[in-house]
Amino acid sequence: MSDTTREKKIEVLSDATILFAGDSGDGMQLTGSQFTLATAYARNDLSTLPDFPAEIRAPAGTTYGVSGFQLHFGSVNIKTPGDEVDLLVAMNPAALKVNLGRLNPEGTIIVNIDAFEKRNLDLAGYDANPLDDDSLQAFRVIRVKLTTLTREALKDFDLGQKEVDRSKNMFALGLALWLYSRPVEPAHEWLEQKFGKKPEILKANLHLLSKGFHYGETTEQFLVQYDVRPAKLPPGKYRAIRGVQALAMGIVAAAEKSGLQIFYGSYPITPASDLLHELSRYKNYNITTFQAEDEIAAVGAALGASFGGTLGITGTSGPGLALKAETMGLGLMTELPMVVVNVQRGGPSTGLPTKTEQSDLLQALYGRNGEAPLPVLATSTPGDCFETAYEACRIAVKYMTPVILLSDGYLANSSEPWLIPDPDDLQPFNAEFITKTNELEGSEAAFLPYRRNEETLARPWAKPGTKGLEHRIGGLEKEDVTGNVSYDPENHQHMTRIRAEKVARVKAEIPPLTVYGDPKGQLLVVGWGSTRGSIESAVDRVRKKGFTVGAVHLRHLNPMAPDLGSILSSFDHGLVPELNDGQLVRILRSDFLLPLHSLCKTAGLPFKASEIVARIEEILS
Amino acid sequence: MSENNNQPKGKPVSLPPRAAKPAGPPKMPPSTGKKPSGPPGVTLPPGKKTAKSGVTRKDFVSDQDIRWCPGCGDYAILATVQRLMPELNVPRENTVFISGIGCSSRFPYYMNTYGMHSIHGRAPAIATGLKASRPELDVWIVTGDGDSLSIGGNHLIHLLRRNVNVQLLLFNNQIYGLTKGQYSPTSEIGKVTKSTPYGSLDHPFNPASVALGADATFVARSMDRDPKHLKEVLKASHTHVGASFVEIYQNCNIFNDGAFFDFTEKESKPRRALLCEHGKPLTFDNDKKGLRLDGYRFEAIDLEGDWSIDDCLIYDETNRGLAGAITRIFFDEALPQPFGIFYREERPNYDRQLHDQIDYVLSKRGEGSLADLLHQGDTWVIEE
Repeated sequence: MSDTTREKKIEVLSDATILFAGDSGDGMQLTGSQFTLATAYARNDLSTLPDFPAEIRAPAGTTYGVSGFQLHFGSVNIKTPGDEVDLLVAMNPAALKVNLGRLNPEGTIIVNIDAFEKRNLDLAGYDANPLDDDSLQAFRVIRVKLTTLTREALKDFDLGQKEVDRSKNMFALGLALWLYSRPVEPAHEWLEQKFGKKPEILKANLHLLSKGFHYGETTEQFLVQYDVRPAKLPPGKYRAIRGVQALAMGIVAAAEKSGLQIFYGSYPITPASDLLHELSRYKNYNITTFQAEDEIAAVGAALGASFGGTLGITGTSGPGLALKAETMGLGLMTELPMVVVNVQRGGPSTGLPTKTEQSDLLQALYGRNGEAPLPVLATSTPGDCFETAYEACRIAVKYMTPVILLSDGYLANSSEPWLIPDPDDLQPFNAEFITKTNELEGSEAAFLPYRRNEETLARPWAKPGTKGLEHRIGGLEKEDVTGNVSYDPENHQHMTRIRAEKVARVKAEIPPLTVYGDPKGQLLVVGWGSTRGSIESAVDRVRKKGFTVGAVHLRHLNPMAPDLGSILSSFDHGLVPELNDGQLVRILRSDFLLPLHSLCKTAGLPFKASEIVARIEEILS
Repeated sequence: MSENNNQPKGKPVSLPPRAAKPAGPPKMPPSTGKKPSGPPGVTLPPGKKTAKSGVTRKDFVSDQDIRWCPGCGDYAILATVQRLMPELNVPRENTVFISGIGCSSRFPYYMNTYGMHSIHGRAPAIATGLKASRPELDVWIVTGDGDSLSIGGNHLIHLLRRNVNVQLLLFNNQIYGLTKGQYSPTSEIGKVTKSTPYGSLDHPFNPASVALGADATFVARSMDRDPKHLKEVLKASHTHVGASFVEIYQNCNIFNDGAFFDFTEKESKPRRALLCEHGKPLTFDNDKKGLRLDGYRFEAIDLEGDWSIDDCLIYDETNRGLAGAITRIFFDEALPQPFGIFYREERPNYDRQLHDQIDYVLSKRGEGSLADLLHQGDTWVIEE
């Protein structure tokens, strides 16, 4: 059989999408990330979509326990995790059933046929074995006795059956790496790090990895091996990054550039917990983390830290943002800097904790009692999380206000190759504390906590411990300038307007928008958040078909870029695709009085570029 | 406000035992235009006028008009705290008062220190963030029974178990004052208020027991009408490193007048209040009576009869079991209500540990640099 090895044809692809799917205990996320790492080493551009259930170990074999990891990679510019899957690795019948619909009509399935026995078929709801009938006829099905092969390969190892069976994902990884001509070294290194202290398990995993790789070479089931050549990415030093990592580093950057201590208070919530995990490792970067007793305590502690002259940050997801609303109002009233990160997930209520959605925009903009405007920013790609997090911190301090930063489950968990930024390219970040009294001219010495900076309307930040600046703040309406409690009607009117005006002045921080694609023409796509990749891919496709289409992507949702109106007026139509039921479009329609089109999706998954293409064509035909 | 006078209509109900008369209506005294003074009958503790630093009580008085009802127990507590401050030798600028919402929570406005009047129930959370990031500050929390035992109950117990180094003063008046007289989580069963015209049904919290249950390291009780005792307890709470929980019985003369008079007024106080002091026998009624332990139960004994002071239990504030038992004497008609420092324990405080851990990481890994962090992990270079 080994003779056939050299005869295998190598087919070069511009891009490919692969999906690993299995039980949540099958290690699919790990297999996916290791394939991603190897793909990054192969210098491809890539985009990933981890998709897992809310349950940690849902009952084995069930459809709701299926965990998947999708990866789109190529020698071309990759902006989305792929509309359709070219290769599905299905570890059991449930994984096949759940993901078959995502498969390209000419796609390939690698199945672990050992798992296709009666019990698993029943659990997945199959009346008959799909491998035995013609239901998979359209696809190329490669049948692998994954469990048997794994057991055989490890029969001489001193490991229990459970440990042996749990390792079969390494066989699958090795096979997938071979199929797409990926290097195995990154996985080797990773295994050595991970199991360095458990030599038997390390040896077993390494053995399986190469067994899987060699199985591809030797088995006659594979006639073709694929290759995807390096992408032409801009030159520089790269690393693969997940959105949550980039966001955490953006916060580290804010600490370093401003010289401020940062306090991160959070309560575990999917999918925001990873931000707490990341930041809690950065204790030597001037970052303190605090796992609070609840969401309210997390934001309360962050605000308390800000009162003390530390930049308080809190992170959460939709339900937690609702709980933090009152404290954000206090932050707004006391005019203290704070950043509230909302890693959005499917809602309402507990909703879909592990699935992505953009349905908290209106909550971020309006979800507080009273007239309570706050700056709202949104990240758009995993790498963009770095810069946007930094900007959110900078604006919070410069304007002395809480700032909401919207990310989402897809952005937090997905990864992409990231051209490592130069910290010197970041905007300067000055954090100033008032050290002397600031009485009005000719008056006796006094500290006036609400005497504002004329340009930004920010009030001074006085650190407790500074002599002569002792002052009291709170949630009751403040008298302008003095900050004393005031129920005066005219003062309340004045303060309401001044708080709104302060947020409006954040416009000065927003650079001109960049229009992707055509600068004017038939249709402008306006997006925000994690839909950027799908939108730009869709724009590329429709422009190839001859349409003149552009796209702008909004990082600033409140206030918005000053030039958005003039860009909108350069196009005949506008389309706002959103992973919600039409939230941004509602605001743009009322702000610009334009009959903008909408494309909404709340399926827990990102847009496929093809969905946006279809909508554009529908509007323009 | 006259509707409050109306007896509940319909079938008369028999109130549960211990049901109180309806509280209120608020009979506001006519405005005299004078700044209200403390409640009658209160003599403030002598105390030194100035501390070594030359700082006086006046330095801690803010320029804001006090807006509590005339005769409120809060005045005496405020005055006591302001008198205590110069003795603590903490620079005024390092002192911070954080409060929630409620009558007591207006406290920070009247202290010429740093302060924040925050959100209902959340003062412990805000203080935790402040103290965790600025451990060198002297942080006081002022809260009430509704603020910290109802809406903010969660934050209270977590502040105590973490042992954040702050002083928490819980003004307990067994009523919601600022919302005009609803029963609170410390109100007695059967309390007739605007929201419970047929009497309240829920069992009240015993705040000291809650604090002990949350593993607080300093638990004490005092009262507005004994400023000398209050000042001593507050001073001890300040000396304690860790979260100090001080429950202060505070009279709301508008909505719950006399809730604690049994323990605070001079006619009944000797008989009904028991002062616990570390290392001293538990006696009351001018040493005519004492407390002994009969198995696991306290028994009041007559020291003029068969018993002597040697039969009284010697109080030990380091004994958690004893603290648990003594604080369970709670509005007990046969036994006096205990006051004083019930429990004191040395345990590492959260804010200190947090920074010790940061220092440890710094000593292990050195100060982190963003540039290094960005380049950590698997990287690769794309050439021109």
